[in-house]
Amino acid sequence: MPAKKSSRSKTQARELLFGDLWEFDPAPESAPAHLLDRYKLFIDGQHVAPRSKKYFDTLSPRDGRKLSEIPLANAADVDAAYQAAARAFPAWSKLPGAERGKYLFRIARLLQDRSREMAVAETLDGGKPIKEARDFDLPMAAAHFFYHAGWADKLHYVAPGCRLAPLGVVGQVIPWNFPLLMLAWKIAPALATGNTVVLKPAETTSITALKFATILEQAGLPRGVVNIVTGAGETGAAVVNHSTAAKIAFTGSTEVGKIIQRSLAGTSKRLTLELGGKAANIVMEDAPLDQAVEGIVNGIFFNQGHVCCAGSRLLVQEGIEQEIIHRLKRRLATLRVGDPLDKNTDVGAINSAEQLSRIQELVQSGIDEGAGIYQPSCPLPSQGFYHAPTLFTGVAQSHRIAREEIFGPVLSILTFRTPEEAIEKANNTCFGLSAGIWTDKGSKILKMASALKAGVVWANTYNQFDPSSPFGGYKQSGLGREGGKHGLLDYAQLQPLATEL
Amino acid sequence: MPASSLRRLLDDIGTVDATGIEERVAHYPTRSIKKQAKTFGLKLAVSMVDLTTLEGKDTPGKIASLCRKALCPHPEGDLPRVAAVCVYPSMVRHAVPHVQGTGVRIASVATAFPSGQAPLKTRLAEVRQAVADGADEIDMVINRGAFLAGEFAQMQDEIAAVVEACGESTLKVILETSELETYDNIRAASFLAMRVIRPGDFIKTSTGKTSANATLGNQQVMLDAIRDHFLATGVEIAMKPAGGIKNAKQALQFLVAVKETLGDAWLRPSRYRFGASSLLNDLLRQLETQRTGAYQAPWTFTEDSSGY
Amino acid sequence: MLPITKTPKCYVGGAFIRSESGRVYPLSSASGEFLAHIPLCSRKDLRNAVEAAAKAGPGWARRSPYNRAQILYRLAEMLESRSAEMASALTTPNSPGEIEVRTTIDRIVHFAGWADKYEQVLGSVNPVASSHFNFTVTEPVGIVGILAPENSPLLALMTLILPAIVAGNAVVALASESQPYPAILLGELLAVSDLPGGVVNLLTGPRSEMLSTFATHEHLRALAATASPEEATQLQAGAAESIKRVVLHDPACDWASPHHHTPYAIRDFTEAKTVWHPVGA
Repeated sequence: MPAKKSSRSKTQARELLFGDLWEFDPAPESAPAHLLDRYKLFIDGQHVAPRSKKYFDTLSPRDGRKLSEIPLANAADVDAAYQAAARAFPAWSKLPGAERGKYLFRIARLLQDRSREMAVAETLDGGKPIKEARDFDLPMAAAHFFYHAGWADKLHYVAPGCRLAPLGVVGQVIPWNFPLLMLAWKIAPALATGNTVVLKPAETTSITALKFATILEQAGLPRGVVNIVTGAGETGAAVVNHSTAAKIAFTGSTEVGKIIQRSLAGTSKRLTLELGGKAANIVMEDAPLDQAVEGIVNGIFFNQGHVCCAGSRLLVQEGIEQEIIHRLKRRLATLRVGDPLDKNTDVGAINSAEQLSRIQELVQSGIDEGAGIYQPSCPLPSQGFYHAPTLFTGVAQSHRIAREEIFGPVLSILTFRTPEEAIEKANNTCFGLSAGIWTDKGSKILKMASALKAGVVWANTYNQFDPSSPFGGYKQSGLGREGGKHGLLDYAQLQPLATEL
Repeated sequence: MPASSLRRLLDDIGTVDATGIEERVAHYPTRSIKKQAKTFGLKLAVSMVDLTTLEGKDTPGKIASLCRKALCPHPEGDLPRVAAVCVYPSMVRHAVPHVQGTGVRIASVATAFPSGQAPLKTRLAEVRQAVADGADEIDMVINRGAFLAGEFAQMQDEIAAVVEACGESTLKVILETSELETYDNIRAASFLAMRVIRPGDFIKTSTGKTSANATLGNQQVMLDAIRDHFLATGVEIAMKPAGGIKNAKQALQFLVAVKETLGDAWLRPSRYRFGASSLLNDLLRQLETQRTGAYQAPWTFTEDSSGY
Repeated sequence: MLPITKTPKCYVGGAFIRSESGRVYPLSSASGEFLAHIPLCSRKDLRNAVEAAAKAGPGWARRSPYNRAQILYRLAEMLESRSAEMASALTTPNSPGEIEVRTTIDRIVHFAGWADKYEQVLGSVNPVASSHFNFTVTEPVGIVGILAPENSPLLALMTLILPAIVAGNAVVALASESQPYPAILLGELLAVSDLPGGVVNLLTGPRSEMLSTFATHEHLRALAATASPEEATQLQAGAAESIKRVVLHDPACDWASPHHHTPYAIRDFTEAKTVWHPVGA
């Protein structure tokens, strides 16, 4: 066959103009977030001032301004929360599943009712684009409660041959990237299975958790079933190490996950961990290119890359590397970076000054180690914490930007020649949370998916979530799963039913 | 056994993932277009309308009123004229006296629209007649049967013959996406058409005569194809979604897709059209709302009596 | 005529080895009579065994579930054929060995039957809202370290090994320190069972010396053990360095209990992988 000139690998002499002919006016979300100047802890169904008498400021990353004061719970506050949860446990765990389910259904509905208010609060406190808070975080959080509500009276169908019994009081510590959604991931399965909860949100994003407390009140949830304590690392340690906890569920960095696992050594506490990642997003040369580019963008710039499963390592088959890079750059030209409260913003603010400087430090290491950097020309707001979408080309497996979790809008591009090499590179990491694979061939999807050492594999898509779909990682990305029937198993003891043998 | 023509073509131009394209286009409706941007977008959309009537009961009188509407969509608000009127070939001569020299063009659906199931000779004769009668633009249908049978050369030869019959007139090639069914087919047919038409000619989604018409998904596949073809060859092909775009909100979503896929150069009537009839009045209605600050009743606008 | 005595060796990587350290410890009968020297394995032997497991594991995991089932059933056949010898190795003044052998054979048969079924219990198809076929399957975690209890030297050891290997894991197990001989015999049975060499690696020797290596070796992705409270703390703290899971069993548990016949024991040694496959023409 004569060599065919492929229109997929042309050199790009011409370019499109993405200019200001039709510039969108600012479209700030105007719904009120109803924030308080100062919040209280939520313990035993009451909003209480912290025994520590201390508060800390929570800032809005969109402009660096102070939003509210958050109570700093100390060991005594955490103890009060555990005591309340322990008091609530007997009645809650004995409540018929159908009744527990009704509370969860109510919570789901109330979250839907107050979805816009919560979305605005999420954006103000965390910096994510209102579009994402509104269209992803809030609907997904409500969906998690709705899904698990329905399980509460069907637990005997989860594990054939076994009854699911609750564990007791569960201590939960969640991160700042999806504050309310992570709360939902933690609280919904815990309550559905009959446990009671002490939850600590991340210190930079406590507001929606404390607002969620008012939803629990509106739902009439019995006091003490959910208790919310706020604070930083010390508060988290008090939650993790409290003797009442029957289980600890943590989502956050691998570094802290290890500390928690170590501190639980010698106890009988159960542990689930959802930790970091350095996911490979693998694009084969037969991939549908435009959809792949869209998935790459969604994989790394969704929520400013503050996603544990972010597709931060792009592995492209050599023959299409330049084509993919051209298409990516063109797509980046239409990404709107800026005020997260603007409804047209695609990439919002970095969650905190600390996180921004960590991202900047890693980006500098990429430059120093010799990778090629590309950033689209997008003006960033002068106030607040922002980072331009960033591509690194010519990245080697040994570069820090290819090995360390950046947790920011920074993509490292590597190449491979064969599927086997792609798998090798993808698995060449201590993490194993997620991976992406792009190809037009269904059998190749399944072959690659089975070889990837990752808890979630997205084929021709990325960063998809669903309450029915188990999520969690291999290796140092964690222990256990969240979502689906697998997630329920991690919140229950399996009690064998009498069997005939 | 040699690969099918479609397989060979897709190997060359690449495939489309259906789930992925739908995830992509789900983002366009989330764009929030307010104030001046909205007014600009609505006016732009008005200027891109191919104001259409394609009914068996069309009369010279109906055509005359359509033309008047095209020239002056609404008396208030400093509005542009629409791009063209779009009529059956037999009505072209009735439109000519009304729009000649005004800048509003006459488009006509020739080639045994909408099925295309007439001998090529007949179809070409129809095109020549429409052009001779004064059509500035010809909207043709592709031979879907030839495409689906893998007879790509035949399909392209027929388009090329119509190009020739068009002379100076612009050609719009209707793929009839609903009958092609898959996104891969739509991409393939787009490329086949683009390779035989001229710069400034159009590819168009639908006739409006089948159950499924223009969607953000099939438009996206065609916009992506136009972009790839332009980047590879430098030839600028224009785009026309038709059928099913009934209100201003949809039109703005379709335009956002153009803005974010093809950029500023395609945001003009010579590169983008809406094939529509009722859309125009909704655009006018929203423009009046923008201008006056008050919501408008449908009967304020000519030829609309919906509501009470 | 003087009988030919057997030199007990450990079964590692499909071969019978002495400890690389050259050390042994004496095994005596209940009456105190010398029987044989047992290898006193070292941390290096453990490391080597993990390497052997790493070589064998992927191939074993790729075997079809039906094939794994047949190989495990073959192991039961092999044990049956040498049940008298095994029973005598297990017999103590307090208990005859026959029951433990019979229970072990039944347990092997039970888990052999799970090989091509547990996926249908542990996996799922997940009804997601988007246009994807979404399913969760299990995969072996990789290499599993096993610290067997002192009692029930065959049944307990196999109860810990079976759920790991049925799922396609490879194991490195440390046998009962005080009653190592059944594990030596088990190695000889494994060698003729069609189980690929390196899938099960059996070490004998001092638990106290090897415990921390079991805990901290990053390549071991799970541990199954009976442990004292102090040992448990040590294992769990060491496991935290690489986010390794630790499955602890009560040393006093009834190893003969039918509660050990459960696919959820297999779940302990699997990872759940969820795949989103697009649905679209």
